Amino acid sequence: MNIPESLKYTKDHEWVKVDGNSVTVGITDFAQKELGDIVFVEIETEGEEIEQNEVFGTVEAVKTVSDLFMPLSGTVSEINNDLEDTPEVVNEDPYGNGWMIKIEMSDSSQLEDLLSMEDYKALIGE
Amino acid sequence: MEEILKKVALNDIHKKLGAKMVSFAGYNMPVRYFSDIEEHKTVREGVGIFDVSHMGEFFLKGPKAIDLIQKVTSNDATKLVDGQAQYACLPNDRGGIVDDLLVYRINAEEFMLVVNASNIEKDWNWISSHNDIDVDMENISDTLSLFAVQGPKAIATLQKLTDTNLSEVKFYTFTVGEFAGCQNVVMSATGYTGAGGFEIYVNNEDAAKVWDAIMEAGEEFGIKPIGLGARDTLRLEMGYCLYGNDIDDTTSPLEAGLGWVTKFTKEFINSPNLLKQKEEGVTRRLVGFKMIDKGIPRNGYEIEDADGNAIGRVTSGSMSPSLGLGIGMGYVNRPHTKPATELYIVVRNKKLKAVVEKLPFLK
Repeated sequence: MNIPESLKYTKDHEWVKVDGNSVTVGITDFAQKELGDIVFVEIETEGEEIEQNEVFGTVEAVKTVSDLFMPLSGTVSEINNDLEDTPEVVNEDPYGNGWMIKIEMSDSSQLEDLLSMEDYKALIGE
Repeated sequence: MEEILKKVALNDIHKKLGAKMVSFAGYNMPVRYFSDIEEHKTVREGVGIFDVSHMGEFFLKGPKAIDLIQKVTSNDATKLVDGQAQYACLPNDRGGIVDDLLVYRINAEEFMLVVNASNIEKDWNWISSHNDIDVDMENISDTLSLFAVQGPKAIATLQKLTDTNLSEVKFYTFTVGEFAGCQNVVMSATGYTGAGGFEIYVNNEDAAKVWDAIMEAGEEFGIKPIGLGARDTLRLEMGYCLYGNDIDDTTSPLEAGLGWVTKFTKEFINSPNLLKQKEEGVTRRLVGFKMIDKGIPRNGYEIEDADGNAIGRVTSGSMSPSLGLGIGMGYVNRPHTKPATELYIVVRNKKLKAVVEKLPFLK
């Protein structure tokens, strides 16, 4: 299981990459494996200000549909439009080209709520 | 209380193959080995093997076995000859369906019923309660393993393992004989995928040997193990009903489009009421539909007409790996059931356009 040390994680199996006040969000390798082939990523919240733990989009695999949750409060500043035509990239490259949104954080103290690689490993029983 | 999951005989083999195991119908079952879509395509284009040993098997024996079968099933089992199988329903006494099943005629006084895993106990109790004519019944579900070997390369794979000429075993017939060095193996030209192939019933003691032999025989054709996930998308592309989704205790066989296995040339449980329903016409029907707008229908989603009136509900839905778009089935009120009728599927509060499609989706 690929769990990069440089990223932060949530209990909802999302990863967060912090770059100043901007963070990039995607789903983890574990999550994409659990979901199976991803066939549809629906994110229609670009420009919206959304609270931590609220839904910002939906990911659909062949067998299941799963909500995507904001790891931190903020404004959705960018979405990965490539996923509209090639959602399978989330399976192939979850931490790279399979990223989902960028958020302008409104409260950087929420970073403390996120899990480290070690914490996330423990969560998924690795 | 923690659910105690039953294991199929080859549980460890599936884990070793990297399967994701899930709880299904009380069994720990392989849902996916590597990719739902790749597994699906393997079956459509080559050959795949499913372990569906969770299915239930009952033996009914004796001169009156046929009478009990005629009473509890909707199809006409007197039409069967030795070595032939038939799809049927077990109608309940209030218009719905206890289960759907296959009836195998081994000989005039010996039949095997193959039922859904989730309904083994319910079916057993139901049939037993109607057995007032002393038919000898035996539940052998825990002693048999069942492998479905499906796809255009299935016969070439299996033929290496038996002297029985499998290309002479016609669709919905079966033969019992030696297979992979094991005796008493049922080789049945049936399946739940529309891809062709066989279902192989073996004793649990022989399960590992037979599985390994099939995997080896199919190696040159790229055989792969296939999980329940792909089994579901394969059957949905064919418009086959899944008990618990598309049919249940509240859906009539006529509403479900199973009139072709509901024969009023004989009497069976609730047949007078079903005949009345047939004569009066059903008010809703199970239809297939494909998405025009981008989206994936799922079980439970509401179906509306163009004016926003609720006209039904989705019972099964998925992305179709063969067609590359969302497909589904659901009960829809008449008159919205005709092919090419526009429907709207409510997906996360959005109304997405779909169109009624004649089944099967995969022509």
